[in-house]
Amino acid sequence: MDTFAALMHGFAVAITPYNLMWSLIGVTLGTAIGVLPGIGPALTVALLLPVTYGLEPTSAFIMFAGIYYGAMYGGSTTSILLNTPGESASIVTALDGHAMARKGRGAQALATAAIGSFVAGTIATIALTFVAPLMVKLALLFGPAEYFALMVLALTTVTAVLGASLSRGLASLLFGLALGLVGIDLQTGQARFSLGIPELLDGIDVVIVAVGLFAVGETLFTVSRHRFETEELYDLKGSKWMSKEDWSRSWKPWLRGTLLGFPIGALPAGGSEIPTFLSYLTEKRLSKNPEEFGHGAIEAVAGPEAANNASAAGVLAPLLALGLPTSATAAIMLAAFQQYGLQPGPLLFDNNPELVWGLIASLYIGNVMLLMLNLPLAGVWVKLLAIPRPWLFSGILLFATMGAYTLNNNIVDVAILWIIGIIGFGMRVFNVPVAPCIVGLILGPLAEQQFRRALTISQGDATIFVTHPISLALLLVAALLVLLPTFFRWKSLRDERAQASLDATHSTKAENV
Amino acid sequence: MQISRRAFATLIATATTAALLMQNPAQAQELKSLHLMAPSSPGSGYDQLARTIQIILQDNKLTGPVEVQNVAGGGGTVGLSQFITTRPRHPSGMVIGFALVGGVLTTKSAVTLDQTVPVARLMGEADAIVVPAGSDIKTLADLIERLKADPTKVSWAGGSIGGVDHVAAGLIAKTVGVDPKKINYVVHAGGGEVLASTLGGHATVGISGYEEFRAQVDAGQLRALAVTGEERIPGVAVPTLKEGGVDLAVMNWRGIMAHPKATEAERAALEKAIGDLVKTPQWKDALAKRGWIDTYLPAKEFGSFLADEQKRVETALKEVGLL
Repeated sequence: MDTFAALMHGFAVAITPYNLMWSLIGVTLGTAIGVLPGIGPALTVALLLPVTYGLEPTSAFIMFAGIYYGAMYGGSTTSILLNTPGESASIVTALDGHAMARKGRGAQALATAAIGSFVAGTIATIALTFVAPLMVKLALLFGPAEYFALMVLALTTVTAVLGASLSRGLASLLFGLALGLVGIDLQTGQARFSLGIPELLDGIDVVIVAVGLFAVGETLFTVSRHRFETEELYDLKGSKWMSKEDWSRSWKPWLRGTLLGFPIGALPAGGSEIPTFLSYLTEKRLSKNPEEFGHGAIEAVAGPEAANNASAAGVLAPLLALGLPTSATAAIMLAAFQQYGLQPGPLLFDNNPELVWGLIASLYIGNVMLLMLNLPLAGVWVKLLAIPRPWLFSGILLFATMGAYTLNNNIVDVAILWIIGIIGFGMRVFNVPVAPCIVGLILGPLAEQQFRRALTISQGDATIFVTHPISLALLLVAALLVLLPTFFRWKSLRDERAQASLDATHSTKAENV
Repeated sequence: MQISRRAFATLIATATTAALLMQNPAQAQELKSLHLMAPSSPGSGYDQLARTIQIILQDNKLTGPVEVQNVAGGGGTVGLSQFITTRPRHPSGMVIGFALVGGVLTTKSAVTLDQTVPVARLMGEADAIVVPAGSDIKTLADLIERLKADPTKVSWAGGSIGGVDHVAAGLIAKTVGVDPKKINYVVHAGGGEVLASTLGGHATVGISGYEEFRAQVDAGQLRALAVTGEERIPGVAVPTLKEGGVDLAVMNWRGIMAHPKATEAERAALEKAIGDLVKTPQWKDALAKRGWIDTYLPAKEFGSFLADEQKRVETALKEVGLL
C-alpha cells in the first residue's frame, strides 16, 4: 500500500504540464533516434546532459526515460521496413518483420511491435514498481556460472534459425563465433585476430555486422536479381490494421516476451538481445506453424519486440535499486544522477522519493504517449516502401553506411560494414542463413567470458556449472530444448517407417496370397 | 542532432566572439573553440571528465564553444591514435588517465602519450577494497592473512586487465610478499559488474573506484576494508592501505593533453583556461558531487609526473605478468 501511495504521489509530480512537456519531448526525440541507425539513446542522453544542466533533476530524468523508452519503440521501425536494425535489441525483429514488410504486411508488423511494446512496457513498469527489490535480489544470485548457463540456453535459439540445411546453418554459426573472437581478450589482455588494426581491438560491433549482413547483403542480392524477377516486392495493398487473426496470434507472444524480457533485463549482465532470442525460440517452438518463421510470422515480431521493451524496464530495476548500470544507456543515466549529486542505490528511494516515483510514474505516461505517437505513424512509415526501388535501395545503402560511421566516428567501421555486406551477399547467393551468424557473434564472446570467469573463480573446477542449482537447471532446459525436438522427429520418423514397413509386409502378403 | 548542435554551437560562437570583440579586445587571444577527445564511450570516466570540463569552460566563458568527441576502443588507444593522426581544425585537447598509460603498453600501441603535450592533471579517484557485509573477512589484516595462506583462494573482482584495479591488486600482493602473478584476478567489464559480483558473493573481494561502491557501503551491504589513496577520502571513514599496514598508495588520475600540432599560443591559452577552470566554485562542486579528489598539477609538473608514472606502470604490469 505504501508503494501505491508513493506511486500516486509520483503521478502527481509527473502529470504537471511542465513535466508532461519534457516527457513528450523525450519520447518524440527517442522515437526519432531509434529510427536513425548509429545514434543510440546513450549518445543522445550524453549530448543532452550539458543542456539539461540547469533543469530540475526530476524533469531531466523524465525526459531521459522518455528517450530511453522511445528509442526502443523506434528501433523496430527500420528493422521492419528497411532490414536495418539500429541497435542489437531489434536485430531479431528484422528476421520476420522485414519478411512481413515484403509481403505487404509492414503496417501490421509495425502495429504489433508498437502495441506489444506498449503492453510489455506497461506490465514491466508495473513489475518495476512493485517487485524491483525482489528482482534485484534474484539478479544477484547470478554469478558467472549461472550466466554461462543462460548463454548456453540462449544459444539453443540457433536451432530455430538454422534453416533447411544443417551444414550451412552451422557454417554461418561458426562464422559468427569466429567474428566474435576478434579483439582484446578481456581476461588476459591479449589481442586476437586484430590484424594489427587498432580499431579492431575492441572487437567487431554487432550492429555493424547485422546491418552489413541484413541491409547491405540483402539489398545487393535483391538488386542483382532485379532483372530476373518480375514480382512486385513491396506490396502495399490491403488493410493497414491488424486483423482479428493478427490479434489472436500476437497477444500471447506479447505476454511471454514480457515474462522473458523483464527478469533478464534486470540481470546485471543479461543484456537486451538475449530475451529477444529466447522469445523467438519460444514462439517458434510453441507455434502451430513453425514453417512460417523466417518468412513473416507475426509472432516472431510480437514476442521479441515485447521482450526488448520489457528488458528496458528491467534495466531500470538494478539502476534505481543498486546504482548498477547494466546497459550503455543506464551507465550514462548513472553519470547523470551523479551530475546532480544524487547517488542511485539502496538509499535513493528514501532520500529522493519525489524523483524516483516521478520517474516511474512518467514511464507509464511515456508508454501511453508512445503508443499514441507510433500507431498512427505506422501507416505513414510504410509509405517509405512506395519509394521507387532504385531510390529505396540506394537510400538503404546510404543510410546503413552513415549509421556505421556515426556509431563510433570511425571510417574503419564503414570498411568493415562493406566487407561484411559483401560476405552477406555471398551467403545469400549460396543460400546460407545469416541469423545463426548473428546469434554466434552476440552470444559467443559473452559465453566465453562468463565461462572463463567461472573457471577462474572455481580454480579450474568445471563442476561449478552443475553444482550451482540455477546453472544446472538452465543447462538441463537447454539440453531438453535441443534433444526433445530431435527425439520427437526420430520417433515420428520411426513410427512412419514402422507404418510403412507394416504396409509393405501387408502388401507383400496380399501379393503372396 | 549533429547538425542542429553544430548550428547552435556556431550561433553561440558568433555571439560570444561578437561580445568579446566589443567588450575587451585585449582578451581576444583566449581559445575561440575547443575540441575535446574522450577516448571511451559516453558515460565512462573520461567522458564524464570531458563533459564536466565542457560545461564549466562554456558556462564561465573561459573558452568559446567546446565539442566533445567519443572514440572508444583498445583501452583508449584508438582515440589516441585518431587524436594524433588527425589534423585538427580547432584547438584540440584529449582527456587521458592511468588506464591509457597502461593501455598504450598492453596493446603495444604504435602511438604513445609522448606524442602529445601535457596540459594539466585534474583529478584523482581512489580505489576501495570491499567485501559483502556477511563475509568473514573483517579487516584488511584478515584479507592479507588469507592472501598469504593461499593467494589463489582469494578471488578479486575488478575492472579491465592492466587497469588501475588490476595494478593495485597486484601491488598489494607484492607489498605483503605474495607473488603478484599468483593472484586470482577476475576481469569484469566495468564497475557495475564488479559491484554485482561482489554483492552476490561470487568473488571474495571487489576492487574498483570508491564511488562504485559508495551507496552500498553507506547502506551497510558492503564493508570497505581500505582505500588505496595516499590519504583518506574526505568525509569517508575508511582507512587507507598504509593505515592498515600495507605500505602502498595507488590512485587513478585523469588529466588533459594538447595536440602535438598545437601552436605555442594555443597551448598557453589552453593551460590558462584549465588553470582558471580549477579555481571556479563549479569545479569544486563537481569534484565533491562525483567524489573526485583534487590533484591538479600544471603543465610542467604534470609532464614530469607522467614520465614517472609511465615507468611505474610499466614495472607494475611486468610484475603482474602482463608485459
